[in-house]
Amino acid sequence: MLKIEGLTAEVEGKPILRGIDLDLPPGEVHAIMGPNGAGKSTLAYLLAGREDYAVTGGTVRFAGQDLLALAPEARASAGLFLAFQHPVELPGVGNALFLRTALNAIRRARGEDELDAMQFLKLVRERMRSLAMPEDMLKRSANVGFSGGEKKRNEVLQMALMRPKLAILDETDSGLDIDALRIVAEGVNALRGPDFSALVITHHQRLLDYLVPDRVHVLIGGRIVQSGGPELARKLEAEGYGFLQAAA
Amino acid sequence: MSKLAPGGAEALLRRYEGLSSRLPGARLPWLASLRAAAAAAFRAQGLPSRRAEAWRYTDLRPIAEVEFAEPLLSVTAALPLPAQRLPRRAVFVDGRFREGLSELGDNDVALGSLAADLPAAEGRLGRLARPEDHPLTALNTALFEDGLTVTVPAGIDAGGLELSHFVLAAERPLACHPRHLIRLEPGARLLLLESAQGDVATRYLHNPVFEIEIAEGASLVHVRLQQEGEAGFQLGTIYARIEAGGTYDNFTLNAGGRLVRNEIHAVLAGPEAACHMNGAQLLRDGQHADTTTVLDHAAPDCRSRQTYKTVLSGRSRGVFQGRIHVHQVAQRTDGYQMNQALLLSPEAEIDSKPQLEIYADDVKCSHGATVGALDADQLFYLRARGIPEPVARTMLIDAFLQDVVDTIAEGPARDAVATAIADWWRGRA
Repeated sequence: MLKIEGLTAEVEGKPILRGIDLDLPPGEVHAIMGPNGAGKSTLAYLLAGREDYAVTGGTVRFAGQDLLALAPEARASAGLFLAFQHPVELPGVGNALFLRTALNAIRRARGEDELDAMQFLKLVRERMRSLAMPEDMLKRSANVGFSGGEKKRNEVLQMALMRPKLAILDETDSGLDIDALRIVAEGVNALRGPDFSALVITHHQRLLDYLVPDRVHVLIGGRIVQSGGPELARKLEAEGYGFLQAAA
Repeated sequence: MSKLAPGGAEALLRRYEGLSSRLPGARLPWLASLRAAAAAAFRAQGLPSRRAEAWRYTDLRPIAEVEFAEPLLSVTAALPLPAQRLPRRAVFVDGRFREGLSELGDNDVALGSLAADLPAAEGRLGRLARPEDHPLTALNTALFEDGLTVTVPAGIDAGGLELSHFVLAAERPLACHPRHLIRLEPGARLLLLESAQGDVATRYLHNPVFEIEIAEGASLVHVRLQQEGEAGFQLGTIYARIEAGGTYDNFTLNAGGRLVRNEIHAVLAGPEAACHMNGAQLLRDGQHADTTTVLDHAAPDCRSRQTYKTVLSGRSRGVFQGRIHVHQVAQRTDGYQMNQALLLSPEAEIDSKPQLEIYADDVKCSHGATVGALDADQLFYLRARGIPEPVARTMLIDAFLQDVVDTIAEGPARDAVATAIADWWRGRA
């Protein structure tokens, strides 16, 4: 599904990623953990197509395509979805309009029929119920005045509507209480299947109790310094990154 | 006094001299002397130059360079007029009323062509306009051929009326100077939806002047769609006087023309009167649009709100000048003015000049201005959701304009503005 080889990148001349190798097969969920400043969010943004980063080396293949050659919207319609750590507020853009425009853009790119207002409303209401989202969140401007938890749920709602092949969750657990965390994890688990992969970026092992990864990678100083099974996350939670930082 | 600009201004004066005996109302002594005084004022001042403080950011040389002729009499019936949106519509072509194209209805609202009944305009025409201070008003006074007169009697809700102005294709550049007189008697109400369009290839000057009198407790909603042709110039001046408890709501969309100015002089003349002046300017490469408002709070307990938003692309230029004068008597004034610009290109330019002059001591008056580009985070967020960049940009620009468009309470007028904005996007594609 996603294959990263020797990826290096910098921001304003400062190296952030120093050679990432990662192979995420279809159907698997991988977690990326690491201390602040390790390059986790840079990797997420870079994969989604943010232009603030200069790729200086390496390749990224996604579903058989050269991901780095695609515009952000083309990555999305190819099936990549980034759940933002800080969902962006869009004053004056109604959440319903935003969600419908995005969903229909993806559907059009996939050669599917666009949904009209009624079809969309039926679908979105159903998805919102399963995420325990109040319906008035459709009427408000996207993410404006949403609490931290509401913003994260709105991200998971978008993911549930778009049904991506690859979801990258960038610290989706930060700022969530335990109930919200469970709802978010269930939202992702509902999508799990042979054609769905996820890259879960997190500080804490907490989310991984509900969203059990196949593999855990530890990113420190722009490199993956260790990979392992779910037990690695528990070890990090108990011992911290100290024993790995020495190795990095 | 600035020197008379060569070319255009002289040609306009020569036209007055050649035409004065044939202009409508030439045999009415009061009007002949009004026109003569206005022509003298224009001769003394010429077209405003940038040396005049009020014209510092708008250069009229592109207009001064043109020799405008008067429009020919035309009988063309086929006009690309927009579909009628309100129950009544008065259509003007090249500054002249066209009864056959109009639909005035038949009730108690006095509505019609100014030229058709000039004697009735004595004492009313010129009551608010200030040709001695404003050269373009002087030009209009000297040369107007027609205009709309509306009187809504006391207590009557006249519903909606359209004022549609259209300039036909012409080989020579033409100028028209319609004079519109709107009066609402005590407690009367009116929605006036004005549109201005013209042939895309014709160079023309549309120089309308409005005199708007709003009596005690009356309410006028005046929504203006400026969609002039690409080679057209519109220099419009509105004088509005609002008596106690009255309301004047003005919304102006500037979405056409090569060089346009929307100038409003409003006076809150009686207690508890209100004035709302809002608008949007959408500018493409090569366009210049200027909104200049002068608001006099001349009575206590009045309220005013102004929000103007400008979207600039290519090498375009936008101007906002807003002066609020709070007279000493105008205690408990509540005033607000906001001007925001969205620059879509590094070559675009916006000049913003708010001016507050406050002589009363118990006043709430604030103003603000912002200038920015599209937000890169918002744009990336939308694109990361699969929305193509051009669509994402459109969504964000619409969002920028949303709150000012939402100030229009009347559905049909708000829809007309939204449609005009959508048309602007289509024209751009």
